[in-house]
Amino acid sequence: MEKFEVLQSTAVPLPIENIDTDQIIPARFLKATSREGFGENLFRDWRFDNAGQPKADFVMNTGRYSGQILVAGKNFGCGSSREHAAWAIYDAGFKVVISSFFADIFKGNALNNGLLPLQVSDEVLARLLGQIEEDPQTTLVVDLVKQELQVPAWEEKIPFEIDAYKKECLINGYDDIDYLVNQKDAIEQYEKSRPWAY
Amino acid sequence: MAKTLLDKIWAAHVVKSIPGGGLDVFYIDRHLIHEVTSPQAFDEIEHRGLPLFRKEQIVATADHNVPTKNQHLPIEEPLSRFQVDKLTENCAKHNIELYGLGHENQGIVHVMGPELGLTQPGMTIVCGDSHTSTHGAFGAIAFGIGTSQVAQVMASQTLLLSKPKSMRITVEGEVKNGVTAKDIILYVISKLGTGGATGYFVEYAGSAFRALSMEGRMTVCNMSIEMGARGGMIAPDQTTFEYLKGRPFAPQGERWEQAVDYWSTLYTDEDATFDKEFFFDAQDIAPMITFGTNPGMGMAINEVIPTDVPASEVASYNKSLNYMGFQPGESLLGKEIQYVFIGSCTNSRIEDLRQVAKFVQGKRKAPHVEAIIVPGSKHVEKQAIEEGIDKVLAEAGFELREPGCSACLAMNEDKIPAGAYCVSTSNRNFEGRQGPGSRTLLASPLVAAITAVEGKIVDITQYLNESSGSRLGMTKQYEEAEQLL
Repeated sequence: MEKFEVLQSTAVPLPIENIDTDQIIPARFLKATSREGFGENLFRDWRFDNAGQPKADFVMNTGRYSGQILVAGKNFGCGSSREHAAWAIYDAGFKVVISSFFADIFKGNALNNGLLPLQVSDEVLARLLGQIEEDPQTTLVVDLVKQELQVPAWEEKIPFEIDAYKKECLINGYDDIDYLVNQKDAIEQYEKSRPWAY
Repeated sequence: MAKTLLDKIWAAHVVKSIPGGGLDVFYIDRHLIHEVTSPQAFDEIEHRGLPLFRKEQIVATADHNVPTKNQHLPIEEPLSRFQVDKLTENCAKHNIELYGLGHENQGIVHVMGPELGLTQPGMTIVCGDSHTSTHGAFGAIAFGIGTSQVAQVMASQTLLLSKPKSMRITVEGEVKNGVTAKDIILYVISKLGTGGATGYFVEYAGSAFRALSMEGRMTVCNMSIEMGARGGMIAPDQTTFEYLKGRPFAPQGERWEQAVDYWSTLYTDEDATFDKEFFFDAQDIAPMITFGTNPGMGMAINEVIPTDVPASEVASYNKSLNYMGFQPGESLLGKEIQYVFIGSCTNSRIEDLRQVAKFVQGKRKAPHVEAIIVPGSKHVEKQAIEEGIDKVLAEAGFELREPGCSACLAMNEDKIPAGAYCVSTSNRNFEGRQGPGSRTLLASPLVAAITAVEGKIVDITQYLNESSGSRLGMTKQYEEAEQLL
């Protein structure tokens, strides 16, 4: 997993609520058996028409916005547990998703892939979307070390929450699997000590 | 201290808590895998040179990406064939039990597990699929995971998790005629919204859930994720034990007695408290249908599409209705439907098929409707044939397919065409879920069956009152269902 400390980037606004993982990557593109290449089908049916041509009005196709930060409406990533959704977003070049609410499984999947789900209040999200739409060149600074989001035009910095362990993992590029495999003795001990085992 | 059902099972599976944080090393009893979310996990453990830690606790099946016709022939579509073959190859290499195509136990992972007795009370069960919440019907902690976590469980039989908050949803009373388990959960989701239970683990309590059969309880727990819940569960009781007894992987003999003794301790203590509680009256629930593009956008079938939407949500709401081709304030009654899909891990079990067969017997689907029924497993299919359900369906013009996830997510060739309306017994009505441009209306198998016959949405409450006095709802415990296996 790539390390993440501070990111400075412009952002792409997607002010739609309840964006489910079927929109992020439709099921018919889940047939691949590797993790690579899902980015080209990110938001497939919003981004391309049936003939595979870009839809001119979709935010990624207008040419107005670019950057490594996606700013989306609340309850982002609901629905299917497919990790392909996090892979697709990351593969398309995004390192951060900002929303006012994330679905649980998506949030976990994102964190396991070095993609930061950054949660802000509904009010901050609305202001942020307004700011980016007004000035697409707005450069945001996501400082994971300080747990702060900086918007140049704003006086205050926006603090955000993240689990301390997950923060360490992102900063150092560690995976849970490294940690868990090292717990083998404790796990075997637990298995022996269980009052009821299946 | 008084404990919830979640507290009891959670505590029994904590290997250790990480100091200073809210994370536990959490033990997993049963790991179910399928072809779509496992290949990258096998790659990962192989790449890291890690062995499978407890391969005997993993069971695999092929379901998401399989055809529902001619399963005895090689899969035609090359990418799908490659993905299913990859599962076979990985399972052979790692010596994992696989119920692949053609195996008598093959089926949708959340139908297969319970019917074989792999799912038991008090267990922790994971699968790379969000509808793993289904298994909570047995009083288990069961939830969907991502592929990175599939690899973690393969390598360590554990996950690093923070304990979710607890929510109890109580529905008391007896439901009205024509109201099924599916209507109860669609009603609850319409009240809480599509993100209303995010961060929580739900326990369903009250007489309306107690009265459900195990299959009805599975339908309820299955859709917990559709309001964002990490999972949903129902405390095990006599209904649970009777369902499990004698199933191939259920404990036998003395072990059975011990198991029931232990399982009988799995309930929420009377004075335990929850982080959030909701109460509903079963009498308020009517047969439901969805009108939008998330499962929270549901209403009683004879209501009109709501107009009172909070200002901040209007844009998304209108986008959704625009996709569906509906207007706020509109009634769906009389709306012509082109497809009916009966299947998925929500509603593809034998009781669902029996209910459909009971209604359509002697009737015919409307000529313009394509009605397909996809059984949840080979065992369900076999049982349906033994009971003559296949013949009833064929006479009514319904097509009975072979088991798989099918048009629920349209990974295979079972797709609803762009613009067409499909009344579906599945769990998600997202844009394009059943195929690009498809429009899905979620409903119970009973509503789906009636729609197929009428060719349009009808007020089934009126229909039931007019057509017969017999009770068609399946929330009452079914007359002792024949042993499935």
